[in-house]
Amino acid sequence: MAFPITLIVNGTPQHLVLEDARATILDVLRERLDLTGTKKGCDRGQCGACTVHIGGRRINSCLALAISHDGAEIRTIEGLAVGDALHPVQQAFIENDAFQCGFCTPGQIMSAVALLEEAQTDGDPERIREAMSGNLCRCGAYAGITEAILKAEQRMQPSVQGEAA
Amino acid sequence: MNPFDYTRAGSVAEAVAAGVSPGATFLAAGTNLLDLMKGGVTRPDRLIDITRLPGLDRIETLPDGGSRIGALVRNSDLAHDRDFAKRYPAVAEALLSGASAQLRNAATTGGNVMQRTRCAYFYDTASACNKRDPGAGCDARGGETRLNAILGWSEHCVATHPSDFCVPLVALDAVVEIESAAGRREVPLEAFHQLPGDTPQIETVLSPGELIVAIRLPPAAAVFSGHARYLKVRDRTSYAFAVVSAAAALRLEGGRIAEARVALGGVALKPWRARAAEAVLLGAAPDEAAFRAAAEAALTEARPSGDNAFKIELARRVIRRALTLAAAGTPDRLPALPASPFAVQSGVPAYA
Repeated sequence: MAFPITLIVNGTPQHLVLEDARATILDVLRERLDLTGTKKGCDRGQCGACTVHIGGRRINSCLALAISHDGAEIRTIEGLAVGDALHPVQQAFIENDAFQCGFCTPGQIMSAVALLEEAQTDGDPERIREAMSGNLCRCGAYAGITEAILKAEQRMQPSVQGEAA
Repeated sequence: MNPFDYTRAGSVAEAVAAGVSPGATFLAAGTNLLDLMKGGVTRPDRLIDITRLPGLDRIETLPDGGSRIGALVRNSDLAHDRDFAKRYPAVAEALLSGASAQLRNAATTGGNVMQRTRCAYFYDTASACNKRDPGAGCDARGGETRLNAILGWSEHCVATHPSDFCVPLVALDAVVEIESAAGRREVPLEAFHQLPGDTPQIETVLSPGELIVAIRLPPAAAVFSGHARYLKVRDRTSYAFAVVSAAAALRLEGGRIAEARVALGGVALKPWRARAAEAVLLGAAPDEAAFRAAAEAALTEARPSGDNAFKIELARRVIRRALTLAAAGTPDRLPALPASPFAVQSGVPAYA
């Protein structure tokens, strides 16, 4: 049985025919669309390496059936930079040593971008760590990741300083 | 994962009609279901996708002052709904202490109630499990039982229900609205999940084809908003299931407890309402002696199901501390670490 679906990936509609209903968003991104920035870590929703945005929300793409998301707008790590201009979170990850091997990094960055859009953490490192607990880093770059998110937050919302209270 | 047929339901009527067929399972976000299918723990023949059902994604305040949460409302949307969190702060705190931000963004209200146990022996298809394979035996007995039950368990099953969300809900007398081809019925959440007995494969009161469409909170549930907390002890600070958790809600009047609600998580195969503890608290001053007596009353029937006797004393302490936090008052803003014993709050002893 074949299932035709459309996914809007980084702004571009992608018309696909799924031969197998078992395919997840993660499978489709990597195997059908060659967007291999999104990583398959545990494939069970535990590590966060597969984090993408669907409808503007960060989710684990390994636990999202593609067929159930017909018509969804998906943003991946490939959709963050504009040409050679990195997203402020990407830039901050480089500047703050927020990765070592890099395998978890696309998921960390997609999670961090969503975290800043959710605007629940107010520059509080403890709230940032809590909100990032769905992204594991086996190299243990957590200190750099928290620092990068703090720096990116300051860079993206300079007016927050002094207005937060 | 086994191959399956896929149907996208366009209406509740269509969904419940399709849900009756043997081997059919409803699919919402799939955060638990797909995990189970990937592990070969469950093998549905047919998934009935209910994510497009109209009208089930609303949070409503009812004319009588109660609230109705549609079955497809995402955990994060409910927790961050300002009005809802203000009325039911312990529910919001419990939601935000569960899973990860990514999972909360996907997981639904109905799915949370329907999630399966995280007993490792249920997940491991090489182990014997009466829930997965009735009559096979239970390898959890004599095994690793840190996350297993101390209340309501049987020789056949010592698993626990893993939900945080359900713990304050059961404390607040939540009601489950269920739809089927025969019409609508309602079941108190407290009676929804089944204790294992000798049929641990039967987990809820739902019959094939029955679908949760909403969870309702009665008007009386909002009277606790000023003194309601959720406390969750887990093996790491975030993103872990409860070893033991408790929801505590008080209504204080003239320095006395006029109404009390207590429920436990991580201790039984259902969210565990501690009515004996509530009876002890009624009319008492909100002090350490009363909280200690309530905690004792809540655990009188507890017994270890393995090497987990520590959970009985842990549950008493979690209740005492949750009550202490509730008596101190709901904070204006949730702590950075929701429901965590490491969230420091002034005026509250670290060891209740």
